[in-house]
Amino acid sequence: MSAQGATPELLGRLAVSPSRRRRDRIARGTILGATILALIPLVLIVYYLLKKGLGSWSSDFFTTDPTGNTFFKTSTIGGIKSAILGTIEIVALASAIAIPLGIAVAVWLVEYGRDGRFAQLVRFFVDVLTGVPSIVFGLFIYIVLVVGTGSSYAGYKGSIALALLMLPVVIRSAEVILLLVPAGLRESALALGSPRWRVIARIVLPTALPGMVTGVLLAVARAAGETAPLLFTAGSTHVTSSNLGSFMNSLPVQIYNDVNSPTESVVNRAWGAALTLVALILLLNLLARLISRRSRLA
Amino acid sequence: MTPTGPTEQVSNLDPDTPPDTGRETASEAARPIVSPERREERAGPVTHAGLSVKLEGLKAFYGKAEQVKGIDLEFKANEVTAIIGPSGCGKSTMVRCINRMHEEIPGARAEGRVMLDKIDVYDPSIDVVAVRRAIGMVFQKPNPFPTMSIFDNVAAGLRLTARRGDLREKVERALRGAGLWEEVADRLSEPGAGLSGGQQQRLCIARSLAVEPEVILMDEPCSALDPIATLRIEELIDELKARVTIVIVTHNMQQAARVADRTAFMLDGKLIEVGPTPTIFTTPSDPRTEEYVTGKFG
Repeated sequence: MSAQGATPELLGRLAVSPSRRRRDRIARGTILGATILALIPLVLIVYYLLKKGLGSWSSDFFTTDPTGNTFFKTSTIGGIKSAILGTIEIVALASAIAIPLGIAVAVWLVEYGRDGRFAQLVRFFVDVLTGVPSIVFGLFIYIVLVVGTGSSYAGYKGSIALALLMLPVVIRSAEVILLLVPAGLRESALALGSPRWRVIARIVLPTALPGMVTGVLLAVARAAGETAPLLFTAGSTHVTSSNLGSFMNSLPVQIYNDVNSPTESVVNRAWGAALTLVALILLLNLLARLISRRSRLA
Repeated sequence: MTPTGPTEQVSNLDPDTPPDTGRETASEAARPIVSPERREERAGPVTHAGLSVKLEGLKAFYGKAEQVKGIDLEFKANEVTAIIGPSGCGKSTMVRCINRMHEEIPGARAEGRVMLDKIDVYDPSIDVVAVRRAIGMVFQKPNPFPTMSIFDNVAAGLRLTARRGDLREKVERALRGAGLWEEVADRLSEPGAGLSGGQQQRLCIARSLAVEPEVILMDEPCSALDPIATLRIEELIDELKARVTIVIVTHNMQQAARVADRTAFMLDGKLIEVGPTPTIFTTPSDPRTEEYVTGKFG
């Protein structure tokens, strides 16, 4: 201790007391323990995914459609090409609907609606929508677009169900980020004699972009992993289709079907598909971060 | 609308009669810090002159609270007018009414007239966006657009208002006008946020200048700057008045004494006294002005 020469009285007042030291240690320990506890399931999931999923990965796994022959051990079960492409197409269309719409709603809430009565009502319904179970969106689309029109399942119907699911997440996350844009920036742009829409398009949105990417990705990732809204909207099929108006396979539905199979190789395909889904989302994450980092200084 | 009687208003409309009759002494001679030749060399030729601004019975409200309680005051063309007064006396609010930024705050509104030359900027036929192009504003905190380079920050005003013409030339002229060109000429593509506080504030002044306004409002432009940077801004203000009319809100009475041709003292939402700066600081006619400028309160 570097307290030589100090009076004992002063030292006694300033020195860390044993009880404070003890409490500090307990608090630190608790927080560290909680962090580790939260990490355990995450690490286990990644561990099992890699352990079980990597084994079924092969070039055929990604380039062939599932054959549907799952009961005879001698026949090939095929890969997951249709599921990968189906998920990409369905989620891309869902994102194309939900992201612009969601950001538009968030911009309206922050820049125009503010604390008005209608804006509060919109916020309330968005919050309610966030809590709706995903299968309800599937049911809703099933009743309106499948039963209601008397037609069959289709990829685009799955996209709409997923878009509904994504919408509240996109709105709420974009709204929070837009609120973080300093009011001074809006003011100085307005004071330059800029119309409000141009302030939003050229100042507010570019400033908020990196933050919004995170929220949007969260929504995309959540949608990409959903099974329930797709089961009776996009259906399930084996063949690859680029027609969003027909039945469409997807990774979560493929996993759901495969896991129920009594055949081990088919269950292993589910693990492989699950790992593929996680890898796809990770890839998307990296890509979006790269883009938003580059555009920060455009 | 205006609280003052009609006869008094007629006298206010007369450009030769100061708003606070009887309080003014002889108009003082110009005190050039910078010679006209040097001004030309640094800021470029004077392309257009400033316009006068006249407040007539201006009142400003936040919800039900009346913050500015009926002000009649003229800012003469190509003069620097300083607004002094204790915190919360309504200086900033009053200035924000001039380019109609006050109404951007939810629940805020203004009454009375603000005459830019001979046009009431609150007339329903007047475009608020066009008003802000004619009356620029510099804020307390330097706030360059964080997503933009130095060049783009200055060009932002031109782009945001969709003006055509040679951007590069206009940006250079604005940066020269703000006395920043020599310092940033070789790094125009670097982010504006990377400049020092004083440079950022001059960048914001350049941004306002680029739109070629007739009036520039400055709301405590030096309160976040060190003395050297403050001096640079003050020199700049003196150069700029050949081109624009300047209204500067300041807490710093020395600053008002240094830069302003005329000074107005406000208290509790009312204009107490306005006159040539030396008169206000040496022989004010109202005892409250004297108490304030001698440091007895505020």
